[in-house]
Amino acid sequence: MSKKLSPQEYEKTLSYRLGCWLSGSPDPFVGKLEMKPQQILQEDIEEQQQREEDREKLYERIYDIENNTEVRLFQKVYRVFCVVFCVVLVGLLLAAVSYLPTEGKGEKPVNNEVYERYVEKGLEETGAVNLVTGMILDYRAFDTLGESHVLFIATCTVLILLRVDPGKGKKKGEEENDRLYEPKNDIILQTAARVLVPLIIIFGIYIILGGHLGPGGGFSGGAVIGAGLILYLNAFGFAKTERFFTAKTYKIMSFSALACYALAKSYSFYTGANGIESVIPLGTPGAILSSGLILVLNICVGVVVSGTMYTFYVMFRKGGY
Amino acid sequence: MAFVQNFPFISIVLSLFSGPLSSVLGGKKAKWVNLAVITLIGAMSAAVLAFVLGTGEPYVYRMGHFPAPWGNEIRVGVLEAGMALFFCVVMLLCMLGGERERALELPEGKQNLYYVMVNLLLCSLLALIYTNDLFTAYVFVEINTISACGLIMIRQNGRTIEAATRYMIMSLLGSGLLLLGICFLYDLTGHLLMSNIKEQVGLLYAAGAYRVPLLVALGLMSVGLAIKSALFPFHAWLPDAYGYSTLSSAAILSSLVSKGYIFLLVKIFFRVVGFEVVRESGVLNILFVFGLAGMIMGSVSAIQEKNVRRMVAYSSVAQIGYIYMGFGLGSLSGVVASVFHVLTHAATKSLLFISASGLTDSSGDSKQIADLTGAGFRNRLAGLAFTVGSLSMVGIPAFSGFVSKLLFAQAAVEGSFVKMLPALLVLAVSTVLNALYFMKTVITLYTPARGERFSGRGFCRIGLWEQPAKTWAMLCLIVLNLILGLTSEPIIELIRDGLAMFE
Repeated sequence: MSKKLSPQEYEKTLSYRLGCWLSGSPDPFVGKLEMKPQQILQEDIEEQQQREEDREKLYERIYDIENNTEVRLFQKVYRVFCVVFCVVLVGLLLAAVSYLPTEGKGEKPVNNEVYERYVEKGLEETGAVNLVTGMILDYRAFDTLGESHVLFIATCTVLILLRVDPGKGKKKGEEENDRLYEPKNDIILQTAARVLVPLIIIFGIYIILGGHLGPGGGFSGGAVIGAGLILYLNAFGFAKTERFFTAKTYKIMSFSALACYALAKSYSFYTGANGIESVIPLGTPGAILSSGLILVLNICVGVVVSGTMYTFYVMFRKGGY
Repeated sequence: MAFVQNFPFISIVLSLFSGPLSSVLGGKKAKWVNLAVITLIGAMSAAVLAFVLGTGEPYVYRMGHFPAPWGNEIRVGVLEAGMALFFCVVMLLCMLGGERERALELPEGKQNLYYVMVNLLLCSLLALIYTNDLFTAYVFVEINTISACGLIMIRQNGRTIEAATRYMIMSLLGSGLLLLGICFLYDLTGHLLMSNIKEQVGLLYAAGAYRVPLLVALGLMSVGLAIKSALFPFHAWLPDAYGYSTLSSAAILSSLVSKGYIFLLVKIFFRVVGFEVVRESGVLNILFVFGLAGMIMGSVSAIQEKNVRRMVAYSSVAQIGYIYMGFGLGSLSGVVASVFHVLTHAATKSLLFISASGLTDSSGDSKQIADLTGAGFRNRLAGLAFTVGSLSMVGIPAFSGFVSKLLFAQAAVEGSFVKMLPALLVLAVSTVLNALYFMKTVITLYTPARGERFSGRGFCRIGLWEQPAKTWAMLCLIVLNLILGLTSEPIIELIRDGLAMFE
């Protein structure tokens, strides 16, 4: 038995709206949602002239195409030469690969004592169920220490290149309103983000925390969290994200994570090299609090990676927090 | 284990840690942290050098609780410790010499990022020097590349952005080739640890197996590192990168960054593949030809150049050519000469860059050589320093350049006749060409600036203590040059011992 609805309630149901849509009555969302089409980027004439002048200057004064035979010759030969170069290099490398030991045979040189110990004793020595994590964060932690600093220094270079210092660069209005050319307050995006962002971030945290137990780890988990933050930023704009994430947050976050990583690993390098017994317990393999320092290091790497992803996006979008 | 033996590891971690630390500090504080870190690491490297000289044998330092083929390790010998000390000294002087320019040319809010780059660059150089693992070397090559790029483009104008883009493309090509070479070697030997690869390569070579991929791997690694250190046909990124970046960047890039890669190449020759195998593979002959071409072409380009910074930069192409020519001779004495020339070039080129900037300061900031007329009278110390640098690069006795040229000539005479003749001939021609452009500039410096042509150009006198940091840097570099030139015997002995310890 179905309940009889009042007209107001009936108008809210899905079937009523479907009926309206089928009968061709106007869309109730028109006028409520922002449906402004994207603006086309418009330069004022002054800027355009400046740009063209710069370009002319570049070609005339710096390259001096008309009189510079070297550059003219270079431009002609370049295309041919780069194709020839690529073909030769690819051919050479393919030929060289065919001389390498055959894949899939047992007696490949790669299947040696190094790999045997990683596989056979990895669990026992590092306490990590995930052998890959055990390898990158315990056996070869020095490499990963360098690798996380590669990310950090890459962000610093992007900061050098793209960060707009206040009072410089673009005009005031444009700098403040970075969404001039994009739709604002998109309800669909915001609703989806409200549901998805917490899930994405929780999933990222799960990947980081479970890095030593299964597939995952700091690098992949950090990337997932970074993606979640970027989605949140896109849906709600800078006004909301800047309440919890600014340039200062990023600096402190990455500094403390990298410092923590460096300190933790210095301890284990120092004790290892000097033959001192490490006091950090390995725990029971499979438990969340196990495998010594790996969990801590994974969290550090995750913090750095998520911050790096988000900062890259912000720098390319607006050039500052 | 003696406590001194921890120093290489402590210096790597200290410089690594000081990178992120500088990012949270302000520009002023970051500068002091940077100077303190470089000084401290230099002192520690000196202690390590003394220790290794005392024991007379290298030692390996395990990074962590697992022994070598499974974990990471670093290896310290005489040459490694000596290089670390030398790099720290030169870097400290470059940073001092460019202090004023950094304050003027870098954007206010980005000063501390400069020190992030420099600290991590120092860390990567130290790691390249000490590492005993080929993959660790690659990771730090990445840090080195990115930080060098940052150093070029932090002074933001059109030319530096273009230079940084070029550097990035060429340098990444080099990194890619190096990585491919490492992959080939790993597939053939199953190891990444240098000592183990060498053992396996020796076995493979004796058995005559996998000759082609071995040659390809060696070729890829040599060419990759040659691109990154600007050997002649791959030098297109160099003049702009050195010519327009801020002073300390140019000095550091020319004297340290390219040298780090060359040192890694020496390590690959001696510790990874084995010098016998390298010599028989023929890769050295190609490096020899490129080196000879670089010695001539670099000088020719420098002669045509009118901008003093770019002229000094092109001179680097010639000097890198010398170094690769020394490798190409295929003898131990050739490599000794090359390693000595690495020291010579680092000490001299940073001196030339710093003194050239002192001269341009007194000539209304014009970098044209013609405008430097009489600059030797306006800024006496810079004029003296530039003269010393030029004499050293030309190869006048008492300066370090003479010793390295003598070593190259000796090595060429000891070797085979086929290589002796072109090496000696090109050495002579290149010396004359060097003299042409350096002496021309020195004569310009000491030509009195009279006449209308020079009025109203903003010429000014600069006293000895007007820029104290730069004065100290120039004085120390002159002394360093004289030390290398006058007391070369123990240093050459040290390089020989160090190379013997590589075996």
